[in-house]
Amino acid sequence: MADEQGFDLDYAPAPESTGIVELADEYGLYIGGEFVEARSGRTFDTISPSTEERLATVSEAGAEDVDRAVAAARTAFEDHWRDTPGTVRARYLYRIARQLQERSREFAVLETMDGGKPIRESRDVDLPLVAAHFFHHAGWADKLEYAFPNRRVAPHGVAGQVIPWNFPMLMAAWKLAPALACGNTVVLKPAETTPLTALLLAEVLNDVGLPPGVVNVVTGAGETGAALVEHPGVDKLAFTGSTEVGKRIQRSAAVRRLPLTLELGGKAANVVFEDAALDQAVEGVVQGIWFNQGHVCCAGSRLLVQESIAGDFVERLHARMARLRVGDPLDKNTDVGAINSAEHLARITALVESGVEEGAVLHQSACDLPDRGFWFAPTVFTEVQQSHRIAREEVFGPVLAVQTFRTPEEAVEKANNTPYGLSAGIWTEKGSKVHWMAERLRAGVVWANTFNRFDPASPFGGYKESGFGREGGLTGLGAYVRDAGGVSR
Amino acid sequence: MSGHLPVDKTFKLFIGGAFPRSESGHTFQVHGADGQFLANAAKASRKDLRETVRAARSAQSGWAGRTAYNRGQVLYRVAEMLDARADEFVDLLRNAGRTPRAARREVEQSVDRWVWYAGWADKVHQVLGTVNPVAGPYFNFTVPEPTGVVVQAVPDDPPLLGLTSRVAPAIVTGNTSIVLSGAGSALVAMSLAEVLATSDVPGGVVNVLTGDVAALLPWALGHLDVNAVDLAGAPDDLPDEALADAAENVKRLVHGNPDDASPMLVAAFLELKTVWHPIGR
Repeated sequence: MADEQGFDLDYAPAPESTGIVELADEYGLYIGGEFVEARSGRTFDTISPSTEERLATVSEAGAEDVDRAVAAARTAFEDHWRDTPGTVRARYLYRIARQLQERSREFAVLETMDGGKPIRESRDVDLPLVAAHFFHHAGWADKLEYAFPNRRVAPHGVAGQVIPWNFPMLMAAWKLAPALACGNTVVLKPAETTPLTALLLAEVLNDVGLPPGVVNVVTGAGETGAALVEHPGVDKLAFTGSTEVGKRIQRSAAVRRLPLTLELGGKAANVVFEDAALDQAVEGVVQGIWFNQGHVCCAGSRLLVQESIAGDFVERLHARMARLRVGDPLDKNTDVGAINSAEHLARITALVESGVEEGAVLHQSACDLPDRGFWFAPTVFTEVQQSHRIAREEVFGPVLAVQTFRTPEEAVEKANNTPYGLSAGIWTEKGSKVHWMAERLRAGVVWANTFNRFDPASPFGGYKESGFGREGGLTGLGAYVRDAGGVSR
Repeated sequence: MSGHLPVDKTFKLFIGGAFPRSESGHTFQVHGADGQFLANAAKASRKDLRETVRAARSAQSGWAGRTAYNRGQVLYRVAEMLDARADEFVDLLRNAGRTPRAARREVEQSVDRWVWYAGWADKVHQVLGTVNPVAGPYFNFTVPEPTGVVVQAVPDDPPLLGLTSRVAPAIVTGNTSIVLSGAGSALVAMSLAEVLATSDVPGGVVNVLTGDVAALLPWALGHLDVNAVDLAGAPDDLPDEALADAAENVKRLVHGNPDDASPMLVAAFLELKTVWHPIGR
């Protein structure tokens, strides 16, 4: 790439070394503080989505294995964990936070190898937030009587937690930290394409001396997750993932009247007004849709731009996306890494094809994609109608659908015209308009003049079909205690 | 013979602020604890429920848009009107088998509970909302908002206190409610509807459908424009399939005891919205 004066703007490759990661050839399940082979006798390979090379072979937990893990969690809960003082639970969580800080780079590299996200993100966003999440919740563990005044605080018992592949470690932290802080024990099921960091985390849990059975990790695919969700020994369920699977889990939990938190899909509108700081808004839109290849439930996948500036804004967006570096996720200069799996790449491809077929105008940045691995170029659709699938369905990939609006009222109506309600963005320099919009957008997280910010003290979660319950902060903590008043939902 | 025969009340439904009969034309007989015929109540149909969801939905944003102070005053007005008609409710509860003393006590407790929840209108944000100290230059706060349209299967017992204890915490924050009331609470529920209709509660904010709760509830659980279902008065033998259908649009299911009184119950009908904004010059 060269600029107008002919200066070479290419960066030399700057790959992060993988030497910091010691991969085992095979990984067992983490049950009762030990790594054990699955009684199912089944295994699966986890590959690097950027090279398609096998990284390791991982045990696949069957029903009997899930049973063992739930039993270990039950024993730990009843034997000691529920009676372990909050001060002691806090100490374990602080230790976990510290060890994760110390081994942060190792985790970041492994996360990028197994999941395909840019090292810049796993190193600078995911892992710092993971440590922060444990650190924040550590401090709650011995303050629950202040967190929930006038309530008799008690943990649920055994929590079954199923997490996705887009932020494997971060989602593990979001699930584990509040559960442990409140005195629950856990069986965690990581996604089948990204099991490795959860297993490395299990090593850390042993290193900090967390008693056996307090956390158990069962690896596997949908069948393993279903065995955990359906297990009668589980007292609380938490799931982050697709709305489709989330609904199946709610069907099961509703019948059993089981406490449940769901953090599901989204189709967030990023609303740009004519009085926005346009270059900042462009950066925000880029960050909103191409962060983590768009594998983000709260991604700003619909750009709603005011008609008066739409042409200019889309031009700026095209110019900016031409500068995105797509490729080796381990390269420190990479902005957009690999698509997580072949299966997901096929889904993105199909949805983009539907966009073209339905008449939207496609623009992709010209970039050389590597020969091996799973890749998708940053994509923008203009001339998008509300009826188009790319405007209604979650792509969960680097694909932005642009629509326009004339008035703030129209922006609100279009932004809310979706069964989802996870997040939304507002770009305007007018403070009163920020709050007017923020009040009316039916979404659990509203980013105004910023996007995709996360913090352990800040509750995150959806309205409508994006789920219920929050993660982070005081409200997130509430999902892991029973309500003494008999109120639950 | 005095020549005066009492005028019996015709019990209908309460939908969008009006008192229509069921479109189905069906009614059912309500008998007192002593087996004596009291009245015919309207038997709401699935179509009535659908119409009611529309009424509740169109009333919702206006009600949520009122100031909390205003909603608090409206709920307080309900307490005033209920208190003024206390004797009528005492009679209704005595018909249902309460002793005079117990009936009086339930009415008084219900009045008290409307007053208690009225006061929560402009306080719940301060108890459930937070300002979050994020690690960066952002102002970050979390505010509760109503979840939307709530269907509430109200308990048969206690009829008035149960109805009050479920409806008041749902509507105080700006939700609209569709009450499903069975034979045990139907007359009390429709009489309370008359109180609500004269208490500055906007039409559609509370709607009352009397009839077969077990038959109506599955339609409510499957309805895609209902945000939450309160199961406090749901029949025990509700089919699993009906409960599971709540997942079709990820409904919020609320459980609890008939006469709970707790800000946590207010919270059960709320969403939490977190807003981020940069801090800079």
